[in-house]
Amino acid sequence: MSNNQKQLYAIGALFDSPDKIIYAANKIREAGFVNYDVNTPYPIHGMDKAMGLKSSKIGYVTLFAGFFGASFILSFMWWTLSVSYPLVIGGKPYFPLPAFVPITFEFTVLSAVVSTAIALIAVAFNFPYNSHPLHDSYYMKNVSSDKFGIVIEAIDEKFKKEDTENLLKSLGAYFTELIYKPEEKTFKIFEPKFLAFLLIIALITSGSTYVTLNKLMYMPPFDFMLHQNRGNAQAKSNFFYNTREMRNPVKGTVAQGYIPYPFNATDSTEYFADPLLPTMEVLRLGQKKFLTFCSPCHGNYADGNSRLQGQFPPGPTLHSQQVINYSDGKIYNIITNGQNVMPSYARQINSNERWAIINYIRVLQRAQNPKPEDFSAIKEIKKENDDNASN
Amino acid sequence: MTNDYSVDMVIVEGNPKLRDIDEAVIAPIEKKASKKYFIALSITGTLLMIGAVCITLTFYYGIGLWGNNIPNAWAFAITNFVFWIGIGHAGTLISAILYLLRQHWRNGVARFAEAMTIFAVMCAGIFPIIHTGRPWLAGYLLPYPNQHSIWPNFVSPLVWDVFAVSTYFTVSLIFWYIGLIPDFATLRDKAVTKAKKFIYSFFSLGWRHSNRHWRHYEKVYMILAGIATPLVLSVHTVVSWDFAASIIPGWHSTIFPPYFVAGAIFSGFAMVSTVLIFVRKIFNMEHIITLNHIEKMNQVILLTGSMVGYAYIIEWFMAWYSGSTFELFETVHRAFGIYGWAYWLMVSCNVIFPQLFWLKKVRRSIPITLAIVILVNVGMWFERFVIIVSSLSQDFLPTSWAAFVPTIYDFGILLGSFGLFFTLILLFAKTLPVISISELKGVMRDAQPTHQGVDHE
Repeated sequence: MSNNQKQLYAIGALFDSPDKIIYAANKIREAGFVNYDVNTPYPIHGMDKAMGLKSSKIGYVTLFAGFFGASFILSFMWWTLSVSYPLVIGGKPYFPLPAFVPITFEFTVLSAVVSTAIALIAVAFNFPYNSHPLHDSYYMKNVSSDKFGIVIEAIDEKFKKEDTENLLKSLGAYFTELIYKPEEKTFKIFEPKFLAFLLIIALITSGSTYVTLNKLMYMPPFDFMLHQNRGNAQAKSNFFYNTREMRNPVKGTVAQGYIPYPFNATDSTEYFADPLLPTMEVLRLGQKKFLTFCSPCHGNYADGNSRLQGQFPPGPTLHSQQVINYSDGKIYNIITNGQNVMPSYARQINSNERWAIINYIRVLQRAQNPKPEDFSAIKEIKKENDDNASN
Repeated sequence: MTNDYSVDMVIVEGNPKLRDIDEAVIAPIEKKASKKYFIALSITGTLLMIGAVCITLTFYYGIGLWGNNIPNAWAFAITNFVFWIGIGHAGTLISAILYLLRQHWRNGVARFAEAMTIFAVMCAGIFPIIHTGRPWLAGYLLPYPNQHSIWPNFVSPLVWDVFAVSTYFTVSLIFWYIGLIPDFATLRDKAVTKAKKFIYSFFSLGWRHSNRHWRHYEKVYMILAGIATPLVLSVHTVVSWDFAASIIPGWHSTIFPPYFVAGAIFSGFAMVSTVLIFVRKIFNMEHIITLNHIEKMNQVILLTGSMVGYAYIIEWFMAWYSGSTFELFETVHRAFGIYGWAYWLMVSCNVIFPQLFWLKKVRRSIPITLAIVILVNVGMWFERFVIIVSSLSQDFLPTSWAAFVPTIYDFGILLGSFGLFFTLILLFAKTLPVISISELKGVMRDAQPTHQGVDHE
């Protein structure tokens, strides 16, 4: 666009009373103009009718945003309290509707208002728009204070410079102004000033972050986390009589879940009874613990097929008649206290898990020496499975 | 002076021209601040700094600096919170409810009251956060997916409160800003210096007073007023649930929501009156904020004050009628126990003195009005104090009874909140139009067309 010739944007006409502006707006509309506007310092009653404008539709934004907000927050609260982290609070159900009402209401209002405001400013007004041709005109300065103006844009089909100006004057305008489009300004992306600005922002951000995290945090008083009056494990103490920072537990302290086991390896423990039932759950626990702690020496199937062949004396098979004849209590004692080269597993395997292992060992033994009824049982299970599969 | 209440009151006295309204409203912004302004600012600034120091010390040493104890865990902090939230309610009432009721006199005072709402809610927001003792953990109140994979307890009134107050603040701010856009445009077109023009252009967003925009603008204003009306009633209702949903005697009461809302409007109007009486005098706006405005607000104060008085009486009735020993004990303890002085201060300030507003002479007398509204402010602060402290200090278990004695830090933070409020008010009065220019112009005489014989719809 050439800088020499300014393009006409519109003609603005000023009126000095609300009656005149209503009259003029009516006439302009009747004359068939479309691209015109009325600018008044405050909204004037009846102007929408004079300009032939329909009622604003912006209320629908409020309505839909409100409905959306309400259904969103209600389903969100339901999801948090009954799906994501199910929690019973005060004996109320997972979906306590009355207790959800206040937040649902507040969030409905919030989403409705924020959406309406955004729709108003960004969509209905098309703001921000500070480069509009009307700005800084004499016309604008008056309509924002105490005058009433009509502006007819040059793009209107009926617009003819002289005729329109005369028409406005005949409608009672005391002043008319030709308003030109401002020179279009373009801003290059690679403007040196802009690049320098970006660079400075980047330097300030990274520099201040670096200084804060790497320098400031090591300066007093921000370094208080580094210098605390506290005891470190294994450090020397000048305070305690044994010069250790770590403290021993009080005499007689018992660890949580610890149950004393007063028997030695040689003691007779045949009368111990297995407290667990061989349920699937127990057997799975026993299998897990067996595979972890027992199988390295006794083999995965308790057949003495040690994984540590050559590195450690192999464990005996547990399918020997001797072990089959062992009572549960004896095996329990062996796991707890160890036997021959086998060490004690009391620290690694708790009482419950030991009994689970014993149950599992019994299953392994039975699998090596099945009884006739086991075969028929397996057949029945297989048949059931097949039936289920065919169904 | 005679007043005919059957006709609409004159909103702007002296019938000034539209341009004079601009001048009158812009004058405080354009004129250089007087010495008095700086003296006032230094006083409020000092109060603000006292509060800032006390809060800093609280953060450093912990809540132990305050007089709070168990059972009086809420004490001053929550008293101040409820007090300030209540102050805010007048603004929304004036800007939303009176707008819907077509009370055109509101136009002169609406902007100021809305600003007070925002500042009061800011003051209120400080207290629950510092009262937690670990203000940096306040973010946990927002439902965001965190590494603990837990969510806020949406069933708790305290979480409702977070939603209510933050919604209230946001909506008030949007309402206020949308009202300011046309005035920013007017200021922009009056601005002489480049810096001012830039700032006003920025905030006016390019407003052109176009009727195609006014059409949406008025609709949105109506919608926002419609939505803000139940919102303002809900906020203090939710605040009252903080108390009423508990089982403490003296709190566990269904009258709390209406009682709190009436009290909030009551105290809010008292604060608006207090500030406006000074503003109209200092900024020469006696023809815009007229004696009629003061009288209207005094009528609202009289109405809401009587509602509050009714609630006080009902509390006694319910204490007896409920048949609950604890409830009755608590009510008697409130009036005649160790905090009895506060109770009677509250009753006299809130119920007895405002009754003077039945007399027209009192309603239209500036000095007496000022005295009464200040007493109402004091009384309403003590109302919250009485509700909170007298109920907590002696609840079900006599072994845990303890009195609450505030420390100097409690008072320091209270003063600080007043300092923040009045500092913001002063800065607002000096930098933004304290009266909505476009709204005021629209309700002046001869501002609307006579339609020259054409039927009005």
